Amino acid sequence: MTDVLRHLYFLLIVRPVILVVIGLNVRRSNLLPDQGPAVVVANHNSHLDTMVLMTLFGMRRLKDVHPVAAADHFLRNRLMAWFSTKIIGIIPLEREIKGVRRDPLAGICQALDEGKILILFPEGSRGAPEIREAFKTGIAHIAKRHPEVPFTPVFMHGLGRSLPKGEGILVPFFCDVFIGQAIGWTGKKDSFMQAIADAMSALEAEKEIPRWETS
Amino acid sequence: MFSHLSTEIHLTFAAIAALLLLANAILVLRRRSVPDRDDTELSLRVRTWWIIVASFAAVLAVSRTTAVVFFAFTSFLAFKEFLSLIPTRRADHRVLFWAYLAIPLQYLWVGTAWFGMFIIFIPVYMFIWLPTRMVLIGETKGFLRAIGTVQWGLMTTVFSLSHAAMLLFIQPGGSARVAAVWADESAKASGGAALLVFLVLLTQFNDVAQFCWGKTVGKRKVIPKVSPGKTVGGLIGGVASTVALAGLVGPWLTFLDLPRSLIAGLIIGVSGFAGDVSISALKRDLGVKDSGSTLPGHGGVLDRVDSLTYTAPLFFHFIYYCYG
Repeated sequence: MTDVLRHLYFLLIVRPVILVVIGLNVRRSNLLPDQGPAVVVANHNSHLDTMVLMTLFGMRRLKDVHPVAAADHFLRNRLMAWFSTKIIGIIPLEREIKGVRRDPLAGICQALDEGKILILFPEGSRGAPEIREAFKTGIAHIAKRHPEVPFTPVFMHGLGRSLPKGEGILVPFFCDVFIGQAIGWTGKKDSFMQAIADAMSALEAEKEIPRWETS
Repeated sequence: MFSHLSTEIHLTFAAIAALLLLANAILVLRRRSVPDRDDTELSLRVRTWWIIVASFAAVLAVSRTTAVVFFAFTSFLAFKEFLSLIPTRRADHRVLFWAYLAIPLQYLWVGTAWFGMFIIFIPVYMFIWLPTRMVLIGETKGFLRAIGTVQWGLMTTVFSLSHAAMLLFIQPGGSARVAAVWADESAKASGGAALLVFLVLLTQFNDVAQFCWGKTVGKRKVIPKVSPGKTVGGLIGGVASTVALAGLVGPWLTFLDLPRSLIAGLIIGVSGFAGDVSISALKRDLGVKDSGSTLPGHGGVLDRVDSLTYTAPLFFHFIYYCYG
């Protein structure tokens, strides 16, 4: 039942909004992983980011695609938890773990073992719109445990203008989505993080972007 | 379904389809003669032309309201492309929302043929409301540029383009300055649609003619800093071709007589050039090649309708003055 609702939600609401109201300029969508286990790492500007990436995978791959999202935010009440896990299909991530009680990456690793395609925003939170922050090293720990899994870097621009943090009104802007070559575990945390960061910078540099004026 | 469109409109679309078939044939021949020449961009462009022409014909055939909605959506895409290109202030999020809201409203005035509101809504009400809303936010840094860019975008992509759709509602008045000349009795039912087809056909033909003449004749550049491909010879050749086609098509397709058709051709030829290079100047200022990637081979929607944003209001007011 929830699978049907999930399908309808993406087919009738998410896709029309993303493809018609927003509109995407996608470069190299063929580089997206066709099947799991795989991880997509993207910069994070807006709640729309997840919807755009899931739209890119099309309805055919929808059942395999799951965004990783903060448990403290998306599971904060029962309705939200149901919507997040059943309709959006998030894999909850415990962001703040005081002391070492549980393995925070357990959910992610299990999903990869099941052959899922995960969407990760390693900046941690949406932050200031359209300003890219350094990726947190959590992805290196995932890559180390799953050295066979490809990490596909995706740079997105425009969504932070459409629906920035703290705004409830969507204002349409075309969104750029640039997809890079997948990167595998390099054997070392530093070099892996550097490879991902370089790939993201190269994707960001592909287009002259009209900078947001800070005021 | 097609019955409300005149025979002349049907024939015009048939002729356009024949031209596109010719373009396809030339592409095939080119590929045969020089196999390693890269025509990808050109064939993409022709394929997109097919889609544009087919959609335009289809919405006209369905109903006048459908055609108005089609133009509203075109305005929406063009305005969105414009805003995506230019730098906007973060503070203006809600101002831009209001600017978008002007699109359905403006086309509502078109769809209900409320001429008085259609003509003043954006240049009076929106041009007063948008800066007011912007002032209420309280941010003065970059105010002039922010309001100037939004208003220019709204003026070209929404106000100007809506004139094309408003042509659908033109009926020659009883006390017109110039008598309407009808090809036949049946054409009276779709006089407005014929004007719209005439405007769009000539504007797009003018673009192609300017391009072709620019490639073949003329050395002296018109405005090398804006558009290095535009030469004086190309401009004159393009305008002359457009005037000639207007004289040929106008009296047959529309209720314009020969002199009015020629003047309309001149207006479209010259202002089409101006609209084209204005958007070129904007893109050059921002350092981009295309305004977007919605129409493969053409760039963005704004790249395709740039000339129309200038020809539509001028052609409309010329018609309105003569026949309104």
